[in-house]
Amino acid sequence: MPDYNDFLNRIYEVLKPFAKHGLILNEDSELVTELGLTSLQVMELIEQIEDHFDISVPLNILPDIRTIQDLAKQLEKLSN
Amino acid sequence: MSLFDKFQPIIEIRAELEKAGVMPFGAVTEKILSPTEAIVNGHKVILAGTNNYLGLTFDPECIAAAKQAVEEQGTGTTGSRMANGTFAEHVKLEQELAAFFDRKHSIVFSTGYAATMGMGSTLAGPGDVILMDADSHASIYDGVRLGGADMVRFRHNDTADLEKRLRRLGERAANTLIIVEGIYSMMGDQAPLKEIAAIKREYGGMLMVDEAHSLGMLGAHGRGVAEAAGVEDDVDFVVGTFSKSLGATGGYCVSNHPELEAVRFAIRSYIFTASPSPSVIASTRVALRLMQERPQLRERLWENAHRLHAGLKRLGLQVSPQVSPVVAVTIKNRDQAIAWWNELLQRGAYVNLVMPPASPTRDSLLRCSVSAAHSIEQVDRIVEAFAALQTSAAVG
Repeated sequence: MPDYNDFLNRIYEVLKPFAKHGLILNEDSELVTELGLTSLQVMELIEQIEDHFDISVPLNILPDIRTIQDLAKQLEKLSN
Repeated sequence: MSLFDKFQPIIEIRAELEKAGVMPFGAVTEKILSPTEAIVNGHKVILAGTNNYLGLTFDPECIAAAKQAVEEQGTGTTGSRMANGTFAEHVKLEQELAAFFDRKHSIVFSTGYAATMGMGSTLAGPGDVILMDADSHASIYDGVRLGGADMVRFRHNDTADLEKRLRRLGERAANTLIIVEGIYSMMGDQAPLKEIAAIKREYGGMLMVDEAHSLGMLGAHGRGVAEAAGVEDDVDFVVGTFSKSLGATGGYCVSNHPELEAVRFAIRSYIFTASPSPSVIASTRVALRLMQERPQLRERLWENAHRLHAGLKRLGLQVSPQVSPVVAVTIKNRDQAIAWWNELLQRGAYVNLVMPPASPTRDSLLRCSVSAAHSIEQVDRIVEAFAALQTSAAVG
């Protein structure tokens, strides 16, 4: 069963291309306001995580997610 | 901080368009001349994006029925179906829809949006699951959000992804509602319903199909993609609209589940809105009959669809992969899409401009839809308008 850190590391991996201009990704990085992800890109991020961990992520969690940490926490909750 | 802050992106795009002198989302039809021609923003144009698939909006029988209904029953019902708004004609239309779809139960709604949104929000609630195609219409997304079920998307028309997600659900698959569209509104491609039905049979759950863009087009009786695929028995609910093939407004849901009669009284978009006006119901009833009596309309529609698709493809444009009455041209560059939309209007072809997030990808679309009422010559003129764009772009 993947834990918080597994999810966190995977999110970092997927978001690498968005860490432009020397930006260092951390748990507090904001997906939309800081990294500039569009809603379509957020969906693509979720799909990549779903495929990797063989899970389905309900869209209902999205309104509660602003940062990388929020997402990792929600994913951990889902997989428990 | 202001309530308006979140509208800043829209404000900026509007300002940009206004500066360029183009307002694609505020175009005004000043005079409608026929099902296929109008004066829009001062230009006489061929209507090439109206979803008026069978061209019945000006049919004399539909108009006569609507006129008679206004005279005999007034301009509106002024009430909800559950209060004072159920007239005998609403019930008759429900019976006629059930007969047409060969289903036992039917509900008529005030709009297609209310039908799809209402069914999506009511059938599956907290604790249930909705598995929906990623390219689903906004009315499906809105309904599902309201209902409170776990909302899971599968990749557009990807049956392997759907199956994977049903497998992951385990026992929860039993209280899952799968939602797909027959023909998808933006690109005109069809759902692989045969495969989807087989997956549903294997894993359980229920299946709802939105046939808004396929009514009257596919299947031996024109019931849509489910009929054409031979899987109607696997489809638990069919939803759709009167605002396309039937040339009016309103929506419906049909089903063989007797529970639909109880569900009816839990659908807020059915209960808390006024029922369709008598004239709308009258013209819809006639259009539903004409659609069945005139198979030639369907033949004309498909001839036009093939002609437009082939014509635009010949020009080297990136056209929807599947031939359908919806023919979308993908344009990578948003500014070019806006400029071309405007030029098409000036050259006499009024198409739909679709930009992200309304388009299914990062690209923009110049979305066309054909009608049985388009003449061959009109279809050719639409193609010529696109050809002229390319010439001017090459020269420019």
